[in-house]
Amino acid sequence: MYLNSIFTNPERLERLLDIAQSSFLPLLEGAIQYTIPLTLISFTIGLMLATLTALARISTIKPLQIVARIYVSIIRGTPLLVQLSILFYGLPTIGITLEPFTAAIMGFSLNVGAYASEVIRAAILSIPKGQWEAANTIGMSYSQALKRIILPQASRVSIPPLSNTFISLVKDTSLASFILVTEMFRRAQEIAAFNYEFLLLYSQAGLMYWIICFLLSLVQGRLENRFDRYVAKA
Amino acid sequence: MIAINNLHKSFGDLEVLKGIDLNVEKGQAVVVIGPSGSGKTTFLRCLNILETPTAGTVAIDGQVADFSKPLSKKKIMDFRKQSAMVFQHYNLFPHMTALENVMEGPVTVQKIDRAKARAKAEDLLTKVGLKEKMNDYPFQLSGGQQQRVGIARALALEPKVMLFDEPTSALDPELVGEVLQVMKELALEGMTMVVVTHEMRFAKGVADEVLFMDGGHIIERGTPQQIFDNPQEERTKQFLNLIQKADTI
Repeated sequence: MYLNSIFTNPERLERLLDIAQSSFLPLLEGAIQYTIPLTLISFTIGLMLATLTALARISTIKPLQIVARIYVSIIRGTPLLVQLSILFYGLPTIGITLEPFTAAIMGFSLNVGAYASEVIRAAILSIPKGQWEAANTIGMSYSQALKRIILPQASRVSIPPLSNTFISLVKDTSLASFILVTEMFRRAQEIAAFNYEFLLLYSQAGLMYWIICFLLSLVQGRLENRFDRYVAKA
Repeated sequence: MIAINNLHKSFGDLEVLKGIDLNVEKGQAVVVIGPSGSGKTTFLRCLNILETPTAGTVAIDGQVADFSKPLSKKKIMDFRKQSAMVFQHYNLFPHMTALENVMEGPVTVQKIDRAKARAKAEDLLTKVGLKEKMNDYPFQLSGGQQQRVGIARALALEPKVMLFDEPTSALDPELVGEVLQVMKELALEGMTMVVVTHEMRFAKGVADEVLFMDGGHIIERGTPQQIFDNPQEERTKQFLNLIQKADTI
């Protein structure tokens, strides 16, 4: 019916093309202003949080291990939408009011921190014990060994799974629409609410998410190549 | 140079070292032989505190580590600086070139100026015959070459004692010679060395003293001639017999 009406009614086709064209810039603006910054900032903070959490998990200090475990368990065990709602709609009840963007950054960072910590933990554990020993025998402290020897090797291992986390995050930022961040998907909602072309606008937003993710997977490929330079080619 | 007193090490209920005493003079090359499971590798690792002994003392060049009480991290790190370790599986850093592997200790740990460290690393790699391979990553090198980088990396720290843990056991037979040659030169230059090995010819040719270990004890010790030509202990004889038999198959 929908397609039929497009082909039988040239005016309808023209209207759709007009809307698609005029909504492109607002959507792009939403992506550049919010979707991409949200992703980049949250991923950077999240990665730092994840590294600390991973180190806490593999440390020999019991309380640290427990705190890290509880954090990961809570974040992984509750929906992201619920976490964002608590931060933005819940916290004002106890007197903490956050800007939509701030709440979104906090929510996404905590989320990435928990998921990526498991990736980083596994990557660190995958480095042979002999590497720690060699680092120790040349006199390195724990933090020197970690920084110079272990993490550089662990990063190579963790690029593919971390790319997964990153790409998921790009799409998850659409949930920020729910806490009033005018990112790309919320722009689409707003335009569609005005002209009722839901199918068109949501498809257009979807297409733009896809393009962003596609570009990111190209970056992943390049990163993998760069890190593979010291590995024997099979 | 090394004074070891009543050294004990247990893993849980399993006692691996049952009281080792040993003195090594400066410039001596000591070779430790013995069947697998005799505790010789554990013994060597204790000297670098890669394993923490359960009791006893080790002194290297006057610096004493007393294992009857827990040591602080700083104490362990200070003590480690006396010696350097060469591993059976080389344990080179795969993400660094040969040159970077050798520079890593001096630059990161000793905070030596990069250019100086580089010059020194180049000298050491030249010394072990790898001048042309300086910029190769470990995966591009043969086992023998990797192990020579391992030796250069250890030497870069200017240790007072070099510890070798079965340095040729993982190598193809034709690559063993090049590594032993480097070790022999080191011994001739007067480096104090403790070598755990199965290379009896190396023990005969290079060692000042040979230790035979079994069951967590030093069973017998002496010059290579004494141990190989005229062993006194039954267990030493059995071990040497088995090795000779394997050679004649």
